[in-house]
Amino acid sequence: MSAAEKLHLHSETAQPLFSVRDLTHLYGPEKGCQGVSFDLYPGEVLGIVGESGSGKSTLLSLLSGRCPPDRGSVSYRDSEGNWLDLYSASEAQRRTLLRTEWGFVEQNPRDGLRMGVSAGANIGERLMAQGVRHYGELRAAGIDWLQQVEIDPLRIDDLPRTFSGGMQQRLQIARNLVSSPRLIFMDEPTGGLDVSVQARLLDLLRGLVRELDLAVVIVTHDLAVARLLADRLMVMRRSHVVEAGLTDQILDDPQHPYSQLLVSSVLQP
Amino acid sequence: MNNLIEVSGLSKTFTLHQQHGVVLNVLSGLNFSVRAGECLVLHGQSGAGKSTLLRTLYGNYLAAGGSIRVRHNGEWVELVGAEPRQVLAVRRQTLGYVSQFLRVIPRVSTLDVVMEPALARGLRRADAEARAQSLLNRLNIPQALWQLAPGTFSGGEQQRVNIARGFMVAWPLMLLDEPTASLDDANRQVVLALIAEAKAAGSALIGIFHDRAAREAVADRYLDMSQDLSAAAQPEYIYAG
Amino acid sequence: MNAQAQTQYATEVGYNFAYLDEQTKRMIRRGLLKAVAIPGYQVPFGGREMPLPYGWGTGGMQLTAAILGAEDVLKVIDQGADDTTNAVSIRRFFARTAGVKTTTRTPEATVIQTRHRIPETPLNGDQIMVYQVPIPEPLRFIEPSETETRTMHALEDYGVMHVKLYEDIATFGHIATSYAYPVTVDARYVMDPSPIPKFDNPKLHMSPALMLFGAGREKRLYAVPPFTRVVSLDFEDHPFEIQRWDECCAFCGSQDSYLDELIVDDAGTKRFVCSDTDYCMQRRDLEEEGAQ
Repeated sequence: MSAAEKLHLHSETAQPLFSVRDLTHLYGPEKGCQGVSFDLYPGEVLGIVGESGSGKSTLLSLLSGRCPPDRGSVSYRDSEGNWLDLYSASEAQRRTLLRTEWGFVEQNPRDGLRMGVSAGANIGERLMAQGVRHYGELRAAGIDWLQQVEIDPLRIDDLPRTFSGGMQQRLQIARNLVSSPRLIFMDEPTGGLDVSVQARLLDLLRGLVRELDLAVVIVTHDLAVARLLADRLMVMRRSHVVEAGLTDQILDDPQHPYSQLLVSSVLQP
Repeated sequence: MNNLIEVSGLSKTFTLHQQHGVVLNVLSGLNFSVRAGECLVLHGQSGAGKSTLLRTLYGNYLAAGGSIRVRHNGEWVELVGAEPRQVLAVRRQTLGYVSQFLRVIPRVSTLDVVMEPALARGLRRADAEARAQSLLNRLNIPQALWQLAPGTFSGGEQQRVNIARGFMVAWPLMLLDEPTASLDDANRQVVLALIAEAKAAGSALIGIFHDRAAREAVADRYLDMSQDLSAAAQPEYIYAG
Repeated sequence: MNAQAQTQYATEVGYNFAYLDEQTKRMIRRGLLKAVAIPGYQVPFGGREMPLPYGWGTGGMQLTAAILGAEDVLKVIDQGADDTTNAVSIRRFFARTAGVKTTTRTPEATVIQTRHRIPETPLNGDQIMVYQVPIPEPLRFIEPSETETRTMHALEDYGVMHVKLYEDIATFGHIATSYAYPVTVDARYVMDPSPIPKFDNPKLHMSPALMLFGAGREKRLYAVPPFTRVVSLDFEDHPFEIQRWDECCAFCGSQDSYLDELIVDDAGTKRFVCSDTDYCMQRRDLEEEGAQ
């Protein structure tokens, strides 16, 4: 694609993909999240940072259709340009979204993979759910995606439990990306991994996000991960978003007292 | 007038909540503009807020007030208060930033680090690679290092890799934060030549050069920041990542 | 037919006709009506304790009890045979509690309770098949939660069914699932056809007979009404295939019935015989008549 075409594309996608207004779900005073609003554009990576219990994970559940909010709305513009209100849509519509245009990468790959079936079946499942009924095609997609996430294609028939933690996480990413989603949710995707393995995964994610023009909402408590992947950040504290903005601005010139504390508490984010 | 950037009434304060809410007024009431093919050099002693100004112009620091307008794709865009994605679009196409410090990404090779700005603009990989190789050659980075991640390189090598990355694509507007500091004479001459080429190609430059010879070689105008010297603190180093 | 009319046929004193009380049978029949109305949909029912253990056909027996009338003729098969312990016991059970006529001849039967097979002799519109089902949920192998499988059925979220077939091909080079092979009923519900061999799956498709399925332990029943489309799941490049044998039946010479493998001596000599004993007998009788 030439630069001019890319520019044109960017101006065409000047509409948000995902729009959140006053999203609130509390299960105790300042437990959960409240009053969250933002727009996410195609290809944009939004990081949600904050300490444990700040409401990051609750927010991610609300955003990804897993838990209805007390108040507020989550809207998504589908590939045909129609806006869908997530929580007034039917369960069937939500599920279809979650296995086609959306993806969810769990912190623990065991929650996001089918541990009892082979790597190839894990990758092929979304395609089968979408009606692909050609074994050869499924096989080819499996091999292609294993290569894209840097797993030896010879392991296509192995069970995920024979994979290392880093490989499992990469397999989970492949399983999500095979349906060409437009929006991916990630919950501490590098959380349980060794530092050396983390770096490889982050690099892979960074490449895929740019190559596939994915919009991503990533929850992490690791500011280095946020700096590497996110275009912009929301800092959460006690159920509120206390600060939002450009990633490097938040990390280098935090405005809110809590953001300043968060940034100064880590070594070289 | 062929201005590429117009700054007016720009101010920057730091509120240090961790230190009893001390407020540092580092920049206030700054006004200037820079034309295509012109190099504005920031002048003032250490602590005058030169780096802070560059970072504020880049959006890395949040302006407290005023206006920063840049010509982006033929239109004026206000950066103070802009949405993150607008700032990122300006950074992708219009506004380049070269500092002495390379932020190393694990596992990414030197060649890929240098090519990235071109790929982000959608250039073909082969073209980007050719340009990156010629830059690395000019800056005397041995070919044996190109496929390695620069994490283990010496400080000088990292700095030169970062300069190659900074000059990988043509920026209408470039911010230069001491790009020649601590370089040997041969490499300093290469960087000065790159800057001269950028100027000749019509870029507007804003830079900090502590080295007098370099300063005099590139400067068209000076912005004297001495009067903006604030309290004894040197805030530009406080949050420097 | 009312209960009093029926009881006079019962031979055992102290039991209601066909063992279950009338309210229970009515409840099951209501469930069956619902099941017939929604082909392939699993209807929960208040399963009763039967005087034999789960896994011995308690689900099928309750369905049989609920639909049996005094004029019915009952056939019971287990692995295709009429003379195995389980088949004989169930047949005797209904002979004693309902006084109905029993038979081993497929064409004579009006109700056929079965485990593992569908008779080779084509069924007709006056017949009802009752299947004993161990695990009614075809999605259970991959999804342990009942709430989730119900939702998956409701939303036709059946992608995982092909995951199993995919695994078969990846492991064995072909779809190795040979019994309880999943089907789609009337282009809507995915259904476990009970542990019949996939050889029998095509017999479900557009059958003139009513098919009823009962799971005693799980307390679920479901149905395939007459002339309903029943399609076995497959891949375009690995289409559904039934078992074939190079051999023919050692007794009747049939080349197109489902064969059981027998080891007949210590040397491991193999012979193949029809799994459907009645079908085999009928063919042999015909041969003898022809010979005479």
